[in-house]
Amino acid sequence: MTEDGRPGVEHQIDQWRAWVLRREAITTGDAAELEDNLRGRIADLRAAGLDDDEAFLVAVRRMGNLDDVSREFARAHSERLWKQLVLPPSRPSRADGHWRDLGVLIALAVGAGIAVRWLLVLEDEGRFALNVAFAVLPFLAAYFAWSRRLPARAAGALAVMAAALAVVVNLFPFFADEPGVGLSTTAVLAATHLPVLLWLLLGVAYTGGAWREHARRMDFVRFTGELVVYFTLLALGGGLLTGLLLATFDVVGIDAEPFVQSWLLSFAVPGAFLVAAWLVEAKQSVVENMAPVLTRVFTPLTLGLLVAALVALLAGGPLTAVDRSLLVLMDGILLLVVALLLYAISARDPITAGGPFDWLQLGLVVTALAVDVVALTAMASRIADAGWTANKAAALGLNVVLLVHLVGTGWLLWRFLRAHGTFDAVERWQTRYLVVYAVWAAVVVLVFPPAFSYA
Amino acid sequence: MRIDKDLVAASATPLVLGILAEGDLHGYAILKRVAELSQGRMQWTDGMLYPLLHRLERNGWVSARWGVSDAGRKRKHYALTPSGRQVLEERQAQWAVVTDALHQVLSTVRGPGAAGAWA
Repeated sequence: MTEDGRPGVEHQIDQWRAWVLRREAITTGDAAELEDNLRGRIADLRAAGLDDDEAFLVAVRRMGNLDDVSREFARAHSERLWKQLVLPPSRPSRADGHWRDLGVLIALAVGAGIAVRWLLVLEDEGRFALNVAFAVLPFLAAYFAWSRRLPARAAGALAVMAAALAVVVNLFPFFADEPGVGLSTTAVLAATHLPVLLWLLLGVAYTGGAWREHARRMDFVRFTGELVVYFTLLALGGGLLTGLLLATFDVVGIDAEPFVQSWLLSFAVPGAFLVAAWLVEAKQSVVENMAPVLTRVFTPLTLGLLVAALVALLAGGPLTAVDRSLLVLMDGILLLVVALLLYAISARDPITAGGPFDWLQLGLVVTALAVDVVALTAMASRIADAGWTANKAAALGLNVVLLVHLVGTGWLLWRFLRAHGTFDAVERWQTRYLVVYAVWAAVVVLVFPPAFSYA
Repeated sequence: MRIDKDLVAASATPLVLGILAEGDLHGYAILKRVAELSQGRMQWTDGMLYPLLHRLERNGWVSARWGVSDAGRKRKHYALTPSGRQVLEERQAQWAVVTDALHQVLSTVRGPGAAGAWA
């Protein structure tokens, strides 16, 4: 191949490269590959007797429609599809679409606020805890069903499932005594596991019904991670504003607290939640830069925490408080590790080779497993002696679910780092395993209360 | 001759894997090899090769590394991995079945060029 040093062609190639790079799904690396191809094609065409301009034009033509090529790149790299959000020709008026989406979303947020307010009016903490997820998440699901044109059959199936859950959970005789009495253990378990189940059902709406596809599930994982970040930011800001509002009214002698508690919060919290969801959708590429930074900061810190916990567990002699609070603590640690892993994996380009950070993650998984195994072996006999309670069964079950998730992730990460496997396999394991969480949450919500006689 | 789009799509993966089994190549060289193997009768859209290569890389069937071309420019080279070789063997067996069946049924069809097409 010959080097084409003529200024005319070089200038044309420069313009072409800039034009290619305008597409979000094409990285500079991809553009360099395409350019290498273009140059090779031009050199061959010139050798065949074409002049510079002709050779350039034919070579560009052979490259194909760049919108099509860009869409293929986005499909091959689903994490870029997430960033791109809108594929070139599918929705031209991007800004208008976002504003219309926001209008629909605000209407739905007001609806969620009214539902929460209505629940609060009942003044029954138990009912509130059991139903608050039903008051908020269906509105977000409705937003996704609308924005993704969810097929009527899928939407109907989701609505029926959610309604059935709501009926069953509220018919359970948790509240045999008078209302307002403290919740029974199985009711607390149901109330804490129900949001998880509903959240995964929401994922079906988020994926537009294509919940079986690995790439769409991964998008939902990304969405969840970014939503947590956005909601935390909004909650911090909102908390600060509310505090200032209360303080100001206090100075002039007006007690604003009843208003804030009964009205402002019941609309602001669900509102912030739905707006956070919209922000994730609208500003994906902004936050995307945060995910890698956050995971890189917190993965080493968490590893430090786990090493300290392991040393404390091993050096501390016989475990004194070997009961369900230790089990719950272990669940908390494993959940944190799983969340960090998922968040990091969802933001990683699966094609890049394994690096120090991947080893750090493997270290995190192994240490978390070690901590868990030490704690579990210490507890095993005690649990057998003391018998089963709903709390212990739920905590231990979750522990097993998380343990299997982490063992699988650790094994696949190890294979990837030893170049025996791909990172794609690590990713697929995560999205496949999501179903297990849904099943386990469903068991705790639906089977536990009758199995432990609603105690 | 213009080859049907679906047929190109179906044969692209085994063709690329097979070409890489002959030795490591960069993208444009793969395209040239495709044209050479089909005597110019199969013309791929150049740009579409690269997303395909990246997908194969993601599946772990090919590996890629950046090198430098003769002209001193950045150039990405692709190589077949052991698991890619395995996939190639599977595809080879599948295509053998397909072409054999096609050959049997098409050789009985009386039509212009029916026999010549399988020469």
